[in-house]
Amino acid sequence: MDWALPPNYSTFGVVIDQLFWIILVITGIAFLLVEGGIVWFCIKYRGREGARAHYTHGSNRLEIIWTVIPAIIIAVLGAYSALVWDDIKGSSNRPADALEFLVVGKQFEWNITYPGVDETLGTADDFTVRNQFHFPVNEDITILLESEDVIHSFFIPELRVKQDAVPGMTIPVWFDATQTGNFEIACAELCGLGHYYMMASVTVHSAADFDAWQASQAPAAAQ
Amino acid sequence: MATIVAEATGQAILHEEHEQSFLRKYIFSTDHKVIAIQFLIYTLFFLMIGGLLAMLMRYQIAWPARGELPLGGIFPESMVASGYILPEFYNALVTMHGSVMVFLAIMPMLVGVWANYLIPLQLGTHDMAFPRLNMLSFWAMVPAGILTLASFFVVGGAAGAGWTLYAPLSARPDLTGVGLGQILWLAALVFIGLSSILGSVNYITTTINMRAPGMTWMRMPLTIWSLFITAILALLAMPVLSAAGIMLIFDQTIGTSFFLPEGGGQPLLWQHLFWFFGHPEVYILILPAMGFTSEILSVGSRKPVFGYKAMVLALVSIAFLGFIVWGHHMFQSGMNPMLGLTFTVSTLFIAVPSAIKTFNWMGTMWRGNLQLHSAMLFAIGFVAMFAIGGLSGVFMASTPVDIYIHDTYFIVAHIHYVLFGGSLFALFGAIYFWYPKMFGRMMNETMGKIHFWLTFVFFNLVFFPMHGVGMVGMMRRIYDSTGYAHLQGIEDTNAIITWAAFGLFASGFLFAFNFFWSLKKGRKAEANPWNATTLEWQTPSPPKHGNWEEIPVVYHGPHEYSHPDVEDKDWLAQNERPDVVSPAAGSH
Repeated sequence: MDWALPPNYSTFGVVIDQLFWIILVITGIAFLLVEGGIVWFCIKYRGREGARAHYTHGSNRLEIIWTVIPAIIIAVLGAYSALVWDDIKGSSNRPADALEFLVVGKQFEWNITYPGVDETLGTADDFTVRNQFHFPVNEDITILLESEDVIHSFFIPELRVKQDAVPGMTIPVWFDATQTGNFEIACAELCGLGHYYMMASVTVHSAADFDAWQASQAPAAAQ
Repeated sequence: MATIVAEATGQAILHEEHEQSFLRKYIFSTDHKVIAIQFLIYTLFFLMIGGLLAMLMRYQIAWPARGELPLGGIFPESMVASGYILPEFYNALVTMHGSVMVFLAIMPMLVGVWANYLIPLQLGTHDMAFPRLNMLSFWAMVPAGILTLASFFVVGGAAGAGWTLYAPLSARPDLTGVGLGQILWLAALVFIGLSSILGSVNYITTTINMRAPGMTWMRMPLTIWSLFITAILALLAMPVLSAAGIMLIFDQTIGTSFFLPEGGGQPLLWQHLFWFFGHPEVYILILPAMGFTSEILSVGSRKPVFGYKAMVLALVSIAFLGFIVWGHHMFQSGMNPMLGLTFTVSTLFIAVPSAIKTFNWMGTMWRGNLQLHSAMLFAIGFVAMFAIGGLSGVFMASTPVDIYIHDTYFIVAHIHYVLFGGSLFALFGAIYFWYPKMFGRMMNETMGKIHFWLTFVFFNLVFFPMHGVGMVGMMRRIYDSTGYAHLQGIEDTNAIITWAAFGLFASGFLFAFNFFWSLKKGRKAEANPWNATTLEWQTPSPPKHGNWEEIPVVYHGPHEYSHPDVEDKDWLAQNERPDVVSPAAGSH
C-alpha cells in the first residue's frame, strides 16, 4: 500500500493538502535534527573509562534561540491555519447561494433529504433517500447536518469533509466537488454496534445528470 | 516482598513504628514507600490487563472476517461467539483498553507510585504530610479496579462508548445495549478521582512544607518539580471529571438530562467538561515522565541538567497552557468555529515549551559521558519517541488539516507516541532506575537491554505505520474496515501492526520476569549504585521506615555531576559540602 492521502476532489481540499505537506516538511526537518542529534550524541559521547563530562548548567543564548525559532514557525503556521480554517468553516464565509440538502444521521444510516426541482428545502417536492447522496459537480453544496440519536461524524475522505452530527443541533457544512465520481460517506465517530457499517454511497453527477437523477426520484418519492 | 521494608530502627520517628503487625506494615501501611510499592504492583497488573484488551482488539482489526480467535472458547458467548469477537465486545475492548491504560495503569503508575516514593525521599523528609490520607488514596483504587473488572461480566458487558464517554451514546443504554457496565465504570471513575485528589493534596502539602533544610525551590530535583505541578493539575482537573461522571450517572439512572437533548440538555456540554479535565490529564500523563527523564538523563550523562531554570519554566507554562487548549479535541464537534481559532493558537503555543524541553534534554546529553544502561536507554528512547508524538501533534493543531485526520488512526498513532513512547518508556526507565532503591537489589541489565530493544523496535512497528493508515483515512474504533472503498489495500499493514503488537505485548513479559526474578536473585544494591546526587541515594537501599537517621542538609542544586572542583569522583551529593569533599572548591 502507499501511505498517502486519497486523491482530493474538493475545492478547499487543495489547501488542506498543501498545509499537510508544508507541516510534513517542517516537522520532517525537526524530526531529522532531533533524532539525528540523539543518535550522533549516543555514538560520540558514549561513556569511556576515565572520561569526564563537560560541566555546564546551560546557555541562555541557546535557550533564547530554541524558544524564539519554534515560536516564530508556530506563529506563522498558526496564523495561516487560522485563515484557512476561517475560509472553510467560518460562518461568514459559507456560500450564500449553495444548493441545500438535509442530512440526518441515525444508528446506523444516513438519510438525505433532497430539495427537489425547486431547489428549496421544506417544500412539497422534497424527498428523502436512505444511504444515497447524489449532488452536482462544481457547485457549492451546503448540507444541514443533524442526528436523531447519538453523535455521528459525516466524513467523505475524498472531499476532505468531516463534521460531527450532534443530536439537538443543526450544523451547516459546505463543500464543492471538482470531479464527478463515486465515493462514500463514512461515520467517523463511535456511534454504537453498527458504527463500522454506517456508510452511504456518494455520487457526484454532472449538472445535467443530477437534474435527470432528481427527476427520476421525485415521482417515486411523491407516491 | 520480605525485602521491601527493612526492620524498623530504634529511632522512633513515626508513632506507628513500634511492633507493627504484618497487616499494618504491608497491607494497611501508612509508609509512603510501601504505598508506592502497592501502587506499583497494582498498576503493573492493570498494564497487563490493558495490553491484553489491546491484543484482542488488534486481532479483530487485522483479521475481521477470520474468526478462529485463539482460546476464543474461554470467553462467554456474549463476548466471543464461535471464534468471532462480537461488535459489542469489540466496542468494550476499545473503551476499556483506553480507560484501563489511562486511569488504572499509566496515571497511577506515574503519580501514585513515584510521587509517593520520591517526594519524601528526594526532599529529605520522613514521610508524607498526611500518611493516612495517603493510605486511603491507594485503597480507593482497589474498589475502582474491582468495579472495572466486574463490569466485563455483567449483563450487557463493559462500557462501550469509548474512553471519552461521549453522550448521548454513553448516557442511553437503549442505544448501546450497555447499561450496568457503563455505570460500574463511571463509579470506578469516581473512586479514581477520590484517590487522585487525596494524593494530590498530600503531594502539594508535602512539597511546600516538608523540604529538608537548604532544599530551596530551585534546588529541588526536576522529578519533584514535575510531580508537584502534576499534583496541582490533578487537584484542579479531577473534580471536574468526577462531577461530570456523576451527572452522567444521573442521566442514565434517574432521568436527568444534563447531556440529553430530549430533556433540554447539551451533548457538547459533556465534551467541554470531559476535555476541560482531559487536556490537563494529558499533561498529568506526561509531566512526571518528563521529570524522570530529566533526572535519568542527567545521571546517565554525568552532567547537570541543561537549562534547569528553563526546564522549570517550561513545566509551569505547559501546566498553565494545558488548561486553555481543551477545545482542540472538539474542532469538528460542532462548537462555534470561531472558538477553533483561539484553541488553535493556544494549542500551537504549547509546542514551544515542549520544544524547549526536548532541546534541553539533548543539551544534557551533549558532551556528556553517557552510561547507556537500561534506565538511560529508556530515557533516551523517551526523548526520541516523545519528539515524534510532539511533532505529529502539529498536524492536528492545524485546524484545516485536523478536518481530515480527526478521528482517524493518525490520532491513534499520535496518542500512543506520547503515552506509550513517552509516558511508558519513561516509566520503564524509572523502574530500572529506582528499583535498587525500592527493593535493595539491581534488576538484570542484560534482560533490561533486550527488553529495551524489543520494546523500541516493536513499538515503532506498531505505531509508526498507523500514521500511514490514518492518512489513507481509516477511522478510529471500527470493528471492520474491509467494507470501505477508500480503505482497500491496508489489510497487510494492519496485519503487520497486529503481529508487531503481539511482539510488544510479549516483550512485556520479559520485563515482568526480570522484575520478579530480581526481587530474589538480583545483585544486592548498595545505597547509591548510579553515583547519583539526589537525596534518595544518600540513604540505605531500601531506606528504613522513616527514611533517615538524621534529616540531611542540602547545600546546592540537584544535579552536580562532573564538577571541575571535585576531583576524586564525578558527582557531588546534594547534602555534601563541596569544600569538605575537595577543600579547594568554592561553594557553588
